[in-house]
Amino acid sequence: MSRSSLYDEEFFPSPLEQTWNEFKRSHWAFAGLWMLAFFVFIIIIGPVLAPFGPLEQSPENLLLPPAWAASGDISYMFGTDSAGRDILSRVIYGARLTFGISFILVISSVIFGVIIGAYAGLSKGLRSSIVNHLLDSVMAIPTLLIAIIIVGILGTGLVNSMWAISLAILPQVIHSCRDFVRQESEMAYVTAAKLDGAGDIRIFVKSIFPNMIEVLVVQSTFALSTAILDISALGFLSLAAQAPSPELGAMLSDGLDIVYISPWSIALPGITILLAIISINLVGDGLRNALQRRLQH
Amino acid sequence: MLNYAIRRINLLFFTLLVLSVVSFSLAYLFPGNALTNLSGIKSPSSEQLISLTQSYNIGENYFWQYIAYLRLLMDGDWGVSFTSQQSLLKDISLTLPATIELSAYAFTFSILIGVPMGVLAGLKHNKPFDFGILSASLLGYSIPVFWLALILIQALSLKLSWLPLSGRISLYFDVPIQSGFIILDIFKADNLDKTAALQDAFFHLILPTVSIATLTSSIIIRMVRKSVLDVLEKDYIKAAYGRGQTNMQVFWKHGLRNALLPVLPLIVTQFTILLTNAMIVEVIFSWPGIGNWLIQAIYQRDYPAIRGGMLMVSSLVIMFTISLDILLRLIDPIKGRRNRVAI
Repeated sequence: MSRSSLYDEEFFPSPLEQTWNEFKRSHWAFAGLWMLAFFVFIIIIGPVLAPFGPLEQSPENLLLPPAWAASGDISYMFGTDSAGRDILSRVIYGARLTFGISFILVISSVIFGVIIGAYAGLSKGLRSSIVNHLLDSVMAIPTLLIAIIIVGILGTGLVNSMWAISLAILPQVIHSCRDFVRQESEMAYVTAAKLDGAGDIRIFVKSIFPNMIEVLVVQSTFALSTAILDISALGFLSLAAQAPSPELGAMLSDGLDIVYISPWSIALPGITILLAIISINLVGDGLRNALQRRLQH
Repeated sequence: MLNYAIRRINLLFFTLLVLSVVSFSLAYLFPGNALTNLSGIKSPSSEQLISLTQSYNIGENYFWQYIAYLRLLMDGDWGVSFTSQQSLLKDISLTLPATIELSAYAFTFSILIGVPMGVLAGLKHNKPFDFGILSASLLGYSIPVFWLALILIQALSLKLSWLPLSGRISLYFDVPIQSGFIILDIFKADNLDKTAALQDAFFHLILPTVSIATLTSSIIIRMVRKSVLDVLEKDYIKAAYGRGQTNMQVFWKHGLRNALLPVLPLIVTQFTILLTNAMIVEVIFSWPGIGNWLIQAIYQRDYPAIRGGMLMVSSLVIMFTISLDILLRLIDPIKGRRNRVAI
């Protein structure tokens, strides 16, 4: 169907569609989206794809190099580690663990962060300054230190380290949410809602929040990459997931002992983390640019 | 300005108070006896127990205990470490300078790389050079720091043996510890070949500094590039061109300063991230800094050390951030708190 007249255009793209159209224009962002989709796919159906269990040992195939090396074996595509565990399966399960937990952490941090941030942004005076001061105190403590303290209190373990990482992400979400609410509170549409007699909660839910969703999505992609980096760093220091677990950071520190014989045992988990974070950052950058371009038009 | 400084100092005071409350409550939150966690003395004799109970006010309620703890903190009696049985302040004063040194070099290095690269990328917007820098910074921004350190060790220390694997200086050089900053100590020492020692210390510094600075400089590149792009679209730049100024004049007189001002406070906030990475990298390179010390403390369940280290590191970070905030406000008084820029 040809559109003969500009004014008879029968279809107006919604804001979401506009963002999508802008996003599609960047090939790199789109490639990142495909990579991210691939990782999500792996997370969901990983156990079906993995040829072996993550802890399954085969004593006759120790330290096998990857299949593309001369002495490799095709049934162990990425080779095996010092206990004869298939690295491909471990990487698949590790991606599931590391990235899956990061997704959960980011989603829950964003939900709580938005609630607290909205409260801080809408309240004035003493209450808001207490929230701000507490926030600044928490942000001053380096993530690793928070993790060390929590591990000291609760003991090592993946679940305990999750608390530490959400404590590290939460202040940033609260911060940006609070700033956004402050900034939008001065806009005319919020004043209009106020004149209609809407209360604080209604203004936030009905007026401000719909405008915030896209900013939040961009923020979450960056929080996601931080979460993955932090969780694997803690796993690497054996503060989070412990040795036999296929968490990618723990796998790296596991491979450290045999790095002379089998460099691939630290290369492969590292590359997996790197690719996942690159894809997330590409998507995040693309989304942010798309939003900016849409708002400029 | 004065108002701003007072607000910031108030914030500093409040935060330090919160941190001391947190560190006090850690003694109760950590497993084991609170008095042991506070003093660090594992099996005190009966006289010691009585005097410790008295000085920490253990019999009273939490508030008075906290006051007693605060008084001891002020007196410099932070307790002793479980493992070394040395005063915590002494342990910290031995390890902290190494971390400060490493982070200071890494921070300087990332600014020296990040700012010029970011400005160049911004000026050559949408050209291959910009694209190259942007991709490199995306890579640097995405690479896990500990993995990068391992790869660098693998390639440059083990395969090529160009650079040393760990530590601050080779064992041939017996540098007496005075300030804890290795470069200063080498200058002060008189029993060794200074050029060789400095060279050796420099080679030891390269790998840890590069691994930490990669992430920070990538972030700085992205922030500076964004800010340069924003500034170049401003009306005053167009006006400057309209007055017939050349590219160079516009850039040096109007572009650069306006582009860098909003980025400075953001660069300061990167310091916490840099410190976290420095602490991880210290473990990998066996750098005798506070990060390594804290990680060892958690492996050995040395609760007083964790409490003291946490208090010291976070107080330093807060003091550093707030003094830089005030300094930045002096440089750029117009900056309201509202105009924040994104990466």
